Amino acid sequence: MDWLTRFPQMDDARLRDLKKAIDDGFRAFTRAYGDTIEGLFEPLRIFLIQAERFMTQTPWIVVFLLITGICWLASRSWRITAGSAVTLLLIGYFGMWDDTMKTIAMIFVCTVISIALGIPLGVAMARWGRVRAAVNPVLDVMQTMPSFVYLIPVVMLLGIGRVPGLLAVVIYAMPPIIRLTDLGIRLVDRDMLEAADAFGSSSWQKLRKVQLPLALPTIMAGINQTIMMALAMVVIASMIGVQGLGQPVLRAISNQYFTLGMFNGFAIVGIAIIFDRVSQAFGRRLQKHSEVVHG
Amino acid sequence: MADPIGIEIRGLYKIFGADPAAVLPLAREGMSKTELNERFRAVLGLRDINLTMAPGRIQVIMGLSGSGKSTLIRHINRLIEPTAGEVLVGGEDVVKMSPEALRQFRRRQTAMVFQKFALLPNRTVMENAVYGLEVQGVPPAERVERALAWVERVGLKGYETRYPNQLSGGMQQRVGLARALTNDAPILLMDEAFSALDPLIRVDMQSVLLDLQKDIRKTVVFITHDLDEALRLGDNIAILRDGEIIQAGTSQDIVLRPADAYIENFVREVNRGRVIRADAAMEPVPAADLPADAIAGDASLEEAGRLMARRAVDRLVVTDPSGRPAGVLRMARVLAAMTDRGESQEA
Repeated sequence: MDWLTRFPQMDDARLRDLKKAIDDGFRAFTRAYGDTIEGLFEPLRIFLIQAERFMTQTPWIVVFLLITGICWLASRSWRITAGSAVTLLLIGYFGMWDDTMKTIAMIFVCTVISIALGIPLGVAMARWGRVRAAVNPVLDVMQTMPSFVYLIPVVMLLGIGRVPGLLAVVIYAMPPIIRLTDLGIRLVDRDMLEAADAFGSSSWQKLRKVQLPLALPTIMAGINQTIMMALAMVVIASMIGVQGLGQPVLRAISNQYFTLGMFNGFAIVGIAIIFDRVSQAFGRRLQKHSEVVHG
Repeated sequence: MADPIGIEIRGLYKIFGADPAAVLPLAREGMSKTELNERFRAVLGLRDINLTMAPGRIQVIMGLSGSGKSTLIRHINRLIEPTAGEVLVGGEDVVKMSPEALRQFRRRQTAMVFQKFALLPNRTVMENAVYGLEVQGVPPAERVERALAWVERVGLKGYETRYPNQLSGGMQQRVGLARALTNDAPILLMDEAFSALDPLIRVDMQSVLLDLQKDIRKTVVFITHDLDEALRLGDNIAILRDGEIIQAGTSQDIVLRPADAYIENFVREVNRGRVIRADAAMEPVPAADLPADAIAGDASLEEAGRLMARRAVDRLVVTDPSGRPAGVLRMARVLAAMTDRGESQEA
């Protein structure tokens, strides 16, 4: 009656063999295709390095004015712009300018990639039920699988460095933009679609002129979430060699440098708040037509 | 402007459900709506609709909710696929069009106005009005130029840069109307276009439409659940119940000769003086003693009564379109026709 008290698991030797077989198989795959796959990601690496180089090698005052300018253009709010400027100046004053710029470059690249992949995928999900049925479980896995787990195969394939870090961040940060694009498009009023049809819109015209504009508030919420989640991954990504604010935090954890950890932690919070407020204000500004309601 | 084209609907059936084709023969044999639903879970939307809509006239389709009127109008531009039947527009069967041909048909031949307006909230009045032209690929400058006239015509001058939710319901539907008119299509489909508006605004919009129609002479298909609206707007009226046309004719036909008790019930409260024409209540021209005052045959009894009161006479000559006397209308007949409740048919 052994099986009643102890779960009747696979016998140890066979389990060991199974794990070993999978490991060996993946290792062989890595050896055979690692270089090819690395080659595929080369453009990403170049994009990332260019962004990083721009942010760190341009004179700080230019970058500062650029970021503040973007904040103003996007939010048109003095409060948000001034808050952003003060935050950036404080970060710089406390000696974290370079690391912050590297992190911002990373977040920028990750967000661009997430949007470029996520919005078309979200549109496809909204249009075809089958795509949604296939993609949804994948998104669930992406959001719940501990990042360390998928870092293992990524690092085995691509080694330590920027690109694997980028992949880890994108995998973690992309689901919101995909899900919210899908949701936003499906929430578009059926009457609007009928009107678009009645005027003879092609499905591409319907998407561009009706569905995407009307889904925009939801999509903007998705972009905002994606940025926030990308920032949350900065420290984990630093474990596999991504430069930026995560590195000093990692050092602070292993050496118990309280102040170093706090400073860099607050710097991450600071840029998170800047990104959040600016992207939300931008989203609201796109919706200005819905503000003035007929009485 | 394009010449008006007529619409002819022949043998149109629409059955909603899992397998409409299988149920179609039963519906053709006349199985009732309830039985179809109970035995086959099929909802009979429309049964054997045959209707000819004259070019350049306003055809009203009236029915209560669930009668299939909105389903019927959506067959004209095939927003709904029929189960069987033909929809001939200018001789061409809409049902047989390829997707591309259908898109072109919707762009050029029809324009639609919706009950809930269906304006794009992120676009201004002008940007909404040009939507149809935009879809057709008309260059931006020309779009605005063509839309401007209609935006002004429906009374939205000065509102071009407003957003829909800055406007009242009546104003929003003017935008819907301007958007449809800008398309410059010969057929105008109006699906309960004024039903969501306040009564006063509704009457106002009806006047806007009637006034416009004098110039544009489009083939208008107007859906409504309101008999007064139907009688006021319709050159011809078709009454729909449970997916079947139970009577089609002019407003006077319907008021004077209701096809069944259902319609009789409907028309009982109607202001008959506005619907019945002078020539329907006149008597033959007498040999002598012709009244001095005359009224056109297509004038309403109300107008005839008003003229009699103003001139203090009790008889009028009714003239035909060429102006010759066609009959004589007596005050007593006017009163009898106006106050008759349909219980006693006049001779």
